[in-house]
Amino acid sequence: MVAPETPPAKLETRELHVYYGDKHVIKNVSLTIPDRQVTAFIGPSGCGKSTILRMFNRMNDYIDGFRHLGAVCLNGEEIYRRSVQVEMLRRKVGMVFQKPNPFPKSIFDNVAFGLRIQGVNDRKVLQASVEQALHQAALWEEVKDDLDKNALALSGGQQQRLCIARALAVRPEVILMDEPASALDPISTSKIEKLILALKKDLTVVIVTHNMQQAARISDRTAFFFLGELIEYGPTADIFTHPREKLTEDYISGRFG
Amino acid sequence: MSARTQRLLEGLFRLYGMVTTWLGIVVLGVFLVDIFLKGVQRLSLDFLSGFPSRFPEKAGILPAEVGTLWIFLLTALFVIPLGIAAAVFLEEFMKKGRLASIIEVNIASLAGVPSVIYGILGLEVFSRWFGWGNTLMAGAATLALLIFPVVVLAAREALRAVPRSVREGAYALGATRWQAVWHQVLPASFGGILTGIILALSRAIGETAPLIIIGALTYISFVPDSPWSKFTVLPIQIFNWTSRPQPEFWITAAAAIIVLLGMTLLLNGAAVMLRYRWKKKLKW
Repeated sequence: MVAPETPPAKLETRELHVYYGDKHVIKNVSLTIPDRQVTAFIGPSGCGKSTILRMFNRMNDYIDGFRHLGAVCLNGEEIYRRSVQVEMLRRKVGMVFQKPNPFPKSIFDNVAFGLRIQGVNDRKVLQASVEQALHQAALWEEVKDDLDKNALALSGGQQQRLCIARALAVRPEVILMDEPASALDPISTSKIEKLILALKKDLTVVIVTHNMQQAARISDRTAFFFLGELIEYGPTADIFTHPREKLTEDYISGRFG
Repeated sequence: MSARTQRLLEGLFRLYGMVTTWLGIVVLGVFLVDIFLKGVQRLSLDFLSGFPSRFPEKAGILPAEVGTLWIFLLTALFVIPLGIAAAVFLEEFMKKGRLASIIEVNIASLAGVPSVIYGILGLEVFSRWFGWGNTLMAGAATLALLIFPVVVLAAREALRAVPRSVREGAYALGATRWQAVWHQVLPASFGGILTGIILALSRAIGETAPLIIIGALTYISFVPDSPWSKFTVLPIQIFNWTSRPQPEFWITAAAAIIVLLGMTLLLNGAAVMLRYRWKKKLKW
């Protein structure tokens, strides 16, 4: 049965295979991601970690030739069933991308977008939600007087926190992050990391990262992928101090990757 | 080849390049100066606000000006929703594949069909089937068809310039395809789309052939006051005056050319300005 130190599963894949056309990019991956923890996906480029991440909010649906076998569940429910509305799923499972991608609009409009498309138009409600999300993303103090300014005028690190605020504004249960700090300088990176640690009080974070120190610093659990297979998955401390697999050890000690 | 002959060849090529580059400017310059010198004497308020006349000194271009303006507005009204919708559909909704590339090639070829042919199409479809005769509506609909492919191509280009990451950002927040397009992609590409539309429209107001074929008049003594009016436009008026035997009419034609050129340059200028402002505002 469930061990006491393992919180209930938030996300889960069972015997997942993913294909892009003839390419078999994910091979038989089964893993469980616990609620309100930070889970890191590591592995060399092209190992499939981003692909798995994008399975959880069905962003792969837009890729030509995408097919999959096996189950992907949120709160125990299959998310690739026909009856699942993908827009509803994405309100629960938000995403932050590798390169900050604010909309070419004002800061306010960026954060309010997710609510507006749900039909929220009350200025007061929007105002309150935007402010709260910006607070949560640790950006409020820097932009509170410039909410009407174009988001593209912000620095890279601020843009990325804006994208996090934008995702938080729709109150997701899970937030997926695809190398959110890889395009940022060290100070911005540490801000984002602090932010991630603060977020796990309220939601589940899954983060793909190339930076192993980062995974070690912020995650509770780490999954190591190689060539589309899940090689090793467990508490971060175990993975980094005494990995069971030779491959994992070679990777985290920098022998390849 | 010795270094010296190399240098000589390079010098020759530079000279040749310079000549070809200046060719366009010189030709345009000669043309403008010639037209301007001939026509400027006829330019006056009376000319701009008068009606055509048998007497070249008294002839005015008010009906043609207003006709051109009507054509501009109506054509825009037809082509903007059609062109943008087609471009959005092709770029954002349609699955890439065989059918998509067939349509693509077809639209590109449509852009190369001579305008006279569109005139014949317009005559048959709008003037006869629809019974719109030789009214502004028939003319504008014909011209809208003529520039439709150009607008679609330009709008697709502008849509394609919006990075994929903007669409993904919208989808990731729970936006439908339509919401992503309507709230993010279209506003972000609007400057580019508008530029394309204006350039296409400035081509439309310079067209003569298709309008002559649908039967636009060359002599009207009234100002068109509704989309169902008969009409003439500046290029037809110019064509008419230049085909008269009396040299005085040629001067009148030159003056009308100055007006038409002024209008087109104004539109092109607006397009350039929009493109510039849009580029400055958006840095991905």
